[in-house]
Amino acid sequence: MPIIRRTLIGAACAVALTLPMLAQAQAIKIAGLYELSGAGASAGTMFKNGVDLAVKEINAAGGILGKKIEHSIADTQTNPGVAKGQAAKAIDDGAFAVFGPVFSGSIMVSMAETQRAEVPNFTGGEAAAITQKGNPYIFRTSFTQTTAMPKVAKYIATGLKAKTVAVMFVNNDFGKGGRDAITKALEANGVKVVADISTDSGQVDFSAPVLKAKNAGADALFVYTNEEESARALRELRKQGFTKPVVGETTLTGQKVIDLAGEAANGATAHVGLTVDAPNPLMLKFKAKFYQETKTIADHNGIKGYTGVYVLKAAIEKAGKLDRKAVAQAMKGLSVSAAKQPGVLLDVSFDDKGDLDRESFLVEVKDGKQVVKEVLPPLSRK
Amino acid sequence: MTDFLQLVFSGFATGSIYALAALGFTLLWQASGTINFAQGEFVMLPAFMMLAFGAAGLPLPLAFIATCVVAVGVLGWAFKRGIADPLLKHGLMPIVVATIGLAIAARNGIRAGYSAEAHPFPGLFADKLFNVFGVTVTLADVGTLVLALLLVLGTQAFLNKTVTGRAMQAVAQNTESATVLGINVPRMIFYTFAINALLACAAALLITPTYLAKFDMGEGLGNKAFFAAIIGGFNNSRGALLGGILVGVCENLAAAYISPAYKDAVALVIFMAVILFKPQGLLGKKVERKV
Repeated sequence: MPIIRRTLIGAACAVALTLPMLAQAQAIKIAGLYELSGAGASAGTMFKNGVDLAVKEINAAGGILGKKIEHSIADTQTNPGVAKGQAAKAIDDGAFAVFGPVFSGSIMVSMAETQRAEVPNFTGGEAAAITQKGNPYIFRTSFTQTTAMPKVAKYIATGLKAKTVAVMFVNNDFGKGGRDAITKALEANGVKVVADISTDSGQVDFSAPVLKAKNAGADALFVYTNEEESARALRELRKQGFTKPVVGETTLTGQKVIDLAGEAANGATAHVGLTVDAPNPLMLKFKAKFYQETKTIADHNGIKGYTGVYVLKAAIEKAGKLDRKAVAQAMKGLSVSAAKQPGVLLDVSFDDKGDLDRESFLVEVKDGKQVVKEVLPPLSRK
Repeated sequence: MTDFLQLVFSGFATGSIYALAALGFTLLWQASGTINFAQGEFVMLPAFMMLAFGAAGLPLPLAFIATCVVAVGVLGWAFKRGIADPLLKHGLMPIVVATIGLAIAARNGIRAGYSAEAHPFPGLFADKLFNVFGVTVTLADVGTLVLALLLVLGTQAFLNKTVTGRAMQAVAQNTESATVLGINVPRMIFYTFAINALLACAAALLITPTYLAKFDMGEGLGNKAFFAAIIGGFNNSRGALLGGILVGVCENLAAAYISPAYKDAVALVIFMAVILFKPQGLLGKKVERKV
């Protein structure tokens, strides 16, 4: 009898010990590689908060295919080398999917690791080159520059009726990709680029670039820099009394930029793929939830992180099994409607390269808030 | 020509802030032989203190005064008693290493508490523009320059014209003679640390609206102030002013006429040129040492 009892106790202990391991094995591991410090801290933190919120909601609603998500977080320090190392570590740790990095320069380097290991990788990077390398495991959470810039150029040419434009860009992969795309798109619309002004990532003093922009005498200025630099550029533009229209793409009118630039942000216009001020009940609900969780208003990066997780959920459900290859395959040509999967906020469709298409917005900053001027339809609908 | 003037003027405003931080370097060096490599973080910490007081409901001027009080206690007294006094007995190297460590600790402490994101900081001056001979001048630039100059010249006057200031100089020149003359040496050294803390608070108030409050905002500032202090002459307080403004203006001109990529190297290039041709700095005096 004592032997049976001892065996039973032993078996119970063994079961108790293996239970957490079983739970862990069943969880869907998402590895987050975010810019939590360095020049990309604003963007990375927002993206991470968006992913966090989506993971929390999905887990509360029972997970994906009945399995909970486990979200691990690593700081890339906005350093491509660090990001690559962390991508390798995430794969060693058995990540089912990788989210981030957000900066184009980092994802271009780190995605080699996820591609090799055949792990789906969702990025916030917007540089056109990311999806042009033929990596079947890379998926965007926002527009590529080659989709967004023609929309901006069209607005500059027909909306502002500008004949000449000065282009101010940040000298990194994101900025250079954007500069090339906008220059091409402007030329196609018959607008001449009269000044090509390079700035540095992390630049503090914008007096010299703004002076160059003023002296260019262009009809409008296109600014394409990261969040903090955009805020400093806007402040300096106001300081030096720049009166021509200032146009941007996504970052220029982001909430973080508005917070940092204060009144100087008023009047700036931009094409944005995502904005919490979109006239859309799902987006407004997301804005409120995000604020409740983080006490900050989400910018496009917050929405990118949040919707990215729901797109992954839709892809896993479409594949019907937790298989990385099958999920990556399911992403090709995936169309998710917000009516069926409210977490994606806006109807979205993916092509076979990992680029996405959805409606977008033309916004202007008025009294410290983004105001939607126009809703632009998805490219495929035109 | 107006472009040139515009760049020179905005360089003056930035340079005057380098001068404030550089003055702190020279003061501490003269009074106690301390080189504080956490000088940039001494500017960053008051910026966050002001943000914290502001979040607690204090308007900017009161937040500034409260920050000054805390800074004199923490960055002045506690820094002197806790780090400078015990380590200086063992020579210069331990204190250099300790202040580098302190800088790293301060940066990471703020990063842990306030995140690595930049925070907006209220400007001291209203958004007003003037046009002088085609040069657009802002009230913020003029105000920063004037306030920084007043502070540097005021510190100079305090050191040269008041009894306490002269006693502080006496301590700096010869500690033993000063002791014999009945000067309270530890107190005079504390005054220097307190003045350094106050200058850092003023620099924080002036620079943070542009730099934005961020955990690593002091990194570049500290380096440039150190170079500025050496360029001007490490043993001369007026040298700090000259060095700071020289670095600020040259940086702006290099960014506009060469490339913004070379901007941060300007201070280093001037520093190397000065070290090669006039090692004591532009306004510094040669000091002979007996072995």
